[in-house]
Amino acid sequence: MNDHQSKISNRALTARLLLFAVGMFAFGFLVLPPLYDVFCDITGFGGRTNATAVTATERPDETRTIRIEFVTTVNEYAPWSFAADVDSMQVHPGKMYFATFSATNRSDQSLTSQAVPSVSPVSANEHFKKIECFCFTSQEFAANETRTLPLQFIVDPDLPEYVDTITLSYTLFKTENSYVSRTR
Amino acid sequence: MTTAVADAHEHHGPEKGIKRWLFTTNHKDIGTMYLIFSLIMFFAGGAMALVIRSELMTPGLQFVHPEFFNQMTTMHALIMVFGAVMPAFVGLANWMIPMMIGAPDMALPRMNNWSFWILPVAFGILLSTLLMPGGAPASGWTMYPPIVLQTGVAFPFLIFSILLMGLSSIMGAINIIVTILNMRAPDMWLLKMPMFVWTWLITAYLLIAVMPVFAGAVTMLLTDQFFGTSFFLAAGGGDPVMFQHIFWFFGHPEVYIMILPAFGVVSEIIPTFSRKPLFGHDSMVYAASSIAFLSFIVWAHHMFTVGMPLSGQMFFMFATMLIAVPTGVKVFNWIATMWRGAMTFETPMLFSLGFVFLFTIGGFSGVMLAIAPADIQYHDSYFVVAHFHYVLVPGSIFALMAGAYYWLPKWTGHMYNETAGKLHFWMSTIFVNLTFFPMHFLGLAGMPRRIPDYSTQFADFNWMASVGAIGFGLSQLIFVYVLLTSKKGEKATDRVWEAPRGLEWTVPSPAPYHTFDTPPVKRVSEEAFE
Ligand code: HEM
Ligand SMILES: [Cu+2]
Repeated sequence: MNDHQSKISNRALTARLLLFAVGMFAFGFLVLPPLYDVFCDITGFGGRTNATAVTATERPDETRTIRIEFVTTVNEYAPWSFAADVDSMQVHPGKMYFATFSATNRSDQSLTSQAVPSVSPVSANEHFKKIECFCFTSQEFAANETRTLPLQFIVDPDLPEYVDTITLSYTLFKTENSYVSRTR
Repeated sequence: MTTAVADAHEHHGPEKGIKRWLFTTNHKDIGTMYLIFSLIMFFAGGAMALVIRSELMTPGLQFVHPEFFNQMTTMHALIMVFGAVMPAFVGLANWMIPMMIGAPDMALPRMNNWSFWILPVAFGILLSTLLMPGGAPASGWTMYPPIVLQTGVAFPFLIFSILLMGLSSIMGAINIIVTILNMRAPDMWLLKMPMFVWTWLITAYLLIAVMPVFAGAVTMLLTDQFFGTSFFLAAGGGDPVMFQHIFWFFGHPEVYIMILPAFGVVSEIIPTFSRKPLFGHDSMVYAASSIAFLSFIVWAHHMFTVGMPLSGQMFFMFATMLIAVPTGVKVFNWIATMWRGAMTFETPMLFSLGFVFLFTIGGFSGVMLAIAPADIQYHDSYFVVAHFHYVLVPGSIFALMAGAYYWLPKWTGHMYNETAGKLHFWMSTIFVNLTFFPMHFLGLAGMPRRIPDYSTQFADFNWMASVGAIGFGLSQLIFVYVLLTSKKGEKATDRVWEAPRGLEWTVPSPAPYHTFDTPPVKRVSEEAFE
């Protein structure tokens, strides 16, 4: 309006502010979700653990013993029974271990399940490595079928000194389609 | 987009009848509509609050089903936040900012009309969900997934109405920024601007920065529900906690969107009734700007219980506590303004003093909540309810009342009924404390928020809170009485008060339909700020 003030016209200033708003929408909708994923994958925040198989060489450290606890949850009212076959294990870092879980489809229809893992504490996430896991893919269950679900894992010897217990939790979801959409 | 001069040259008065209101581009008309709309929403949201408090008056379930109770808490919050507090401040901005900076109107008058008329549509949609099968949304105003995805038919309507509200706020904010940056009178330098204008400038930037992010978050909810994405669905590889992060990235700045203009209003009023200039005007500007900046880096204090690493908890705890510093600067400046002033206690001043005192209590409980280890106990308890009601009711709402009483004579040309105003203040203050103070104790004793029933040990304090709420609700009818009789009082002078500062007091009372068609000359502005 007055020349000693802003040299930008109303129209140009409005356009800039609109652009800013659109940019913030894009930031929220397009940038934040992938950024969040990358951030969590790198840091292990949110209980992230590897979602696809990794390879690891064994270099056992028999001097340390770590307690691995298993926690299982069924999401909402999905018709499953789901439990770890042992509640906990004592393991040495750098050594490969097997564990099994059992799940039963208690409904009269075939169902697809997806288990979602989470590891606690955060400082253990990157050191708990799943070599083989039923959570890597979704599982088809026939009506009333019971299945044993395998897990093979190794705890990295670089696990920080102060960690003596790692909790691995699985939540079992009923999914209509298989494990798609975004990768974890 | 239109420019400011578009209708500034046509010197006709308002059109007659409904058309005046539907098509108006006049900042005063639009300001009035915003204010009346927000008052209606205030009573709608208040009625819901009374449903909540009636149910909670005694233990056990008496009046409503738990499902409906949850709908009430959700709708109450959405209506109060987006329908009452925010539009009321936009209404004040519309009325006052052009008059305070010597501009003929808002910079984008036609967009201004749009941003108002979107609101009744948005809230019509939101309120209509009460009649839908499955009822209104019941997930809480925070709309966390997965629970919000269990909303019935109402779900897409909820999202759509939120998107409309966001659109309205963004348009309003753009308009305010362009007006403030481009339409000031020749010698109104930025640092000379009245505090209300300053706080609104900062608020408007906050709005443009976070409302779109919020729109993004609810759009993701929508696509998760209907288009097969899994942004927040764990089974599909998403993470419900991500919603909380995005929501609070919006949500915390949002609480400052609701309080910064309130800071502005009381910063106008306290100097007038202390008969002294605002102490530390520039430091107030810097304090408000630092609050705005800090509000972007504290969001996870709402999420201390989701399982954050220690370093994260520490960061968000200290960043949050840091906000108390600029907030403290503001409170001290208000007190310093009053120090040795020739104070009088008209209704606007009473509400402002109530604001300073009671808002500070809310600030203190905020700092308690910011202590991560303590918050693990306080979180989702009535202590949080007490905290945010202290900052919002005797905070934002009191500031709005103060502003309404302060500028009412300028709007109507008549003095309002001072006795009724004072009664309104004292009743509101007594009852607001009776309602919300006991909630601190309830929360510390472990009563969770958002529940329709509770253990009998909480009965006494709940009864007090309910009595207070009914009293507070009834007290607001005094305000309606003041408004209805607002043209009956003696004629107001142009300056209205004894020693007000600012250009709005140089125009006649009531303010004519068009003011400052030509910018005020330097002498006028200087006298206005003496
Ligand atoms: C000194 C300043 C403040 C501090 C340190 C502070 C801190 C906090 C913290 C830590 C919480 C989370 C509590 C929990 O959920 O466990 C919270 C909640 C909240 N605060 Fe504040 N706050 C401050 C000022 C404000 C202001 C000015 C407003 C609004 C005008 C506000 C509105 C809210 C609301 C609405 C919530 C609850 C949101 C919800 O969960 O529904 N706060 N505050
Ligand atoms: Cu916050």
